Amino acid sequence: MTDTALLIRDVDKFYGPVDYGVHAVKKLNMDVRKGEIIALLGSSGCGKTSTLRMIAGFEAVSRGTISLGGREVQTFAPVRRNVAMAFEGYSLYPPLTVRENIAFALKASKLSQSVVDDKVAGIAKLLEIEDILGRYPSSISGGQQQRASLGRALIRDASLHLLDEPMGQLEPQLRAVLRGRIKHYIKERELTAILVTHDQTEANALADRIAVMEGGVLQQFDTPQKIKERPANLFTGTFVGEPPMNVFEASITGSEAKVSFGLKDGVRLEYPASDFSHAVRDALMKRQKVVLGIRPYAVRRSADGVSGRVAVNQWLGDQTHIAADFAGGTMVLVEHDRTELAVGQPIGIRLDPSSLHVFDGDSGKAISHGVELA
Amino acid sequence: METMSPIERVLRALALTLVVVFFMFPIFWIFLMSFQTNETILAIPPSIVFSPTLSNYAALITGKLQTAAGTLDIAFMRNLGNSIFLSTASVAVALVLGVPAAYAFARHKFKGSEDIAFTLLSFRFAPPLLVLLPLTQYFQWLGLSNTYFGLIWVYQLICLPLILWIVRGYFEDISADVEYAYRIAGHSWFATFRKIALPLAGPGIAAAGLLAFIFAWNNFVFALVLASADKQPVTVGALAFITSSGIQYGQIASAIVLSVTPTLALALYAQRYLVEGLSLGAVKG
Repeated sequence: MTDTALLIRDVDKFYGPVDYGVHAVKKLNMDVRKGEIIALLGSSGCGKTSTLRMIAGFEAVSRGTISLGGREVQTFAPVRRNVAMAFEGYSLYPPLTVRENIAFALKASKLSQSVVDDKVAGIAKLLEIEDILGRYPSSISGGQQQRASLGRALIRDASLHLLDEPMGQLEPQLRAVLRGRIKHYIKERELTAILVTHDQTEANALADRIAVMEGGVLQQFDTPQKIKERPANLFTGTFVGEPPMNVFEASITGSEAKVSFGLKDGVRLEYPASDFSHAVRDALMKRQKVVLGIRPYAVRRSADGVSGRVAVNQWLGDQTHIAADFAGGTMVLVEHDRTELAVGQPIGIRLDPSSLHVFDGDSGKAISHGVELA
Repeated sequence: METMSPIERVLRALALTLVVVFFMFPIFWIFLMSFQTNETILAIPPSIVFSPTLSNYAALITGKLQTAAGTLDIAFMRNLGNSIFLSTASVAVALVLGVPAAYAFARHKFKGSEDIAFTLLSFRFAPPLLVLLPLTQYFQWLGLSNTYFGLIWVYQLICLPLILWIVRGYFEDISADVEYAYRIAGHSWFATFRKIALPLAGPGIAAAGLLAFIFAWNNFVFALVLASADKQPVTVGALAFITSSGIQYGQIASAIVLSVTPTLALALYAQRYLVEGLSLGAVKG
């Protein structure tokens, strides 16, 4: 029990009357261990910020329980929860300088002035804001305000650090550098952090585990690698990954010898039954409608593959993105070399059974990943 | 700014001067009148050359009004004191009640909160005379007629809605996250209200307070009906200058100068905070 930092059990959030208002978070369950970094990933309005604010205590929990370090806190005022938070809108105190804003977070801890100064200097160096410590929030840029706000949250010795879009305003280069430093800072001090982001690169780089949310529902809560390799459902599969996973609706027919997926425009993908395990074959045969998914970097070109036609060919400086008309839709391929393919040129496309993701056509739940059951 | 031709510039200056003269001249004239006797004021044609006298001010301050019919006792200084006391106390009460209420209305939306806020504003819809009739009755039953307590209470009809609505807007403009940031750093909501919300809304509170003060100061009809001589403010007290032997223009003028002074002083004092507030207001969330 002692290594659980945060426990969320059956939490619902309604804006407006319970059961009748807007249902922003639906029956959320989550465990966060001490020292973990968790990313809440999702698009706007998916419930990730509501979740963060319920943990902080700024939003009432409509139903369910939230426990911090073994205590149920959902009815506690923010002051009693011992959490730190960096706000998306920065929310620095306008009459205070950046230095005072950051040091302010330590006021309640009653540390001596020299210790506070050292800590502020340390965090300012980490975030590269040493030169603006004496300035007021109104006179610095958005990116600088964001770093000051982040510093104010990270400097605290709280049992949980909540970071709402902590790096949204930063330049790409700085973001990449800071990601590494902040992760190191959190891990070194064994802090527990939950960050909310819509940027999957940030989630992948920082988080030990990612919670993908959509429509107020937790879709999947797993390591970045698992989420990429074994998406639990069609949403996670298409939401995570850049460029997004290619998906095609298909109907299944099969026999003892082969498994056959019928796509639109009469395109048929046939695989020997031996390409799949028994269990996968049984699971597939029970269904008629499925959705096939394949990551763009797993699609291969091959002369004996199914034919498609090049629609777009872009060299991005380090990789080629090819979009091909395929089975009534678009198939995106990523290749690492520069490819000379003219628009309109026919190509053969091969989908390796080991990189196929198959989802249920109705529920969107994953059936199999490659040759294994989901 | 666009560049203007010399002619445009001259015309613009002329127009501005006209406006200033139009609005400032009466005040300037009253200021001159306050140093003249009734004879020079009523002389035809009027002249701005005269031998100034302090007799008007002397009469007001000593409370002895010299008229053709003899010496009248007037309570102008007492009226002025009443005005200052009534307006200050009313605004103080309205601030103590109104600012927390405004904060509550701004931060906690609940079923009916808009209706309550609107009801408070609606006190200002009815003409004061309409409210006065029943009020006079109630005040007599309750024994509140001709008491400072009763007057300050009635003045809340003027001050409270004003402060509530203006200050609420200022609180709504403060990002709630700034307050959350303070609360999560280990402070109660009350400390947050005092240390974050109040200072940030300070200019708005100052502006609303000043406005409420001016409205309370200028009120005439409530005090006329609900207070007798010793509790009346200057607005009502000025009626004493219309005597059986004529209107005392010189004393009215000096009374106006004296009664404008406190409001003017307060406005000039509060201006510093208003400007300071504008520069702070430039800070975005």
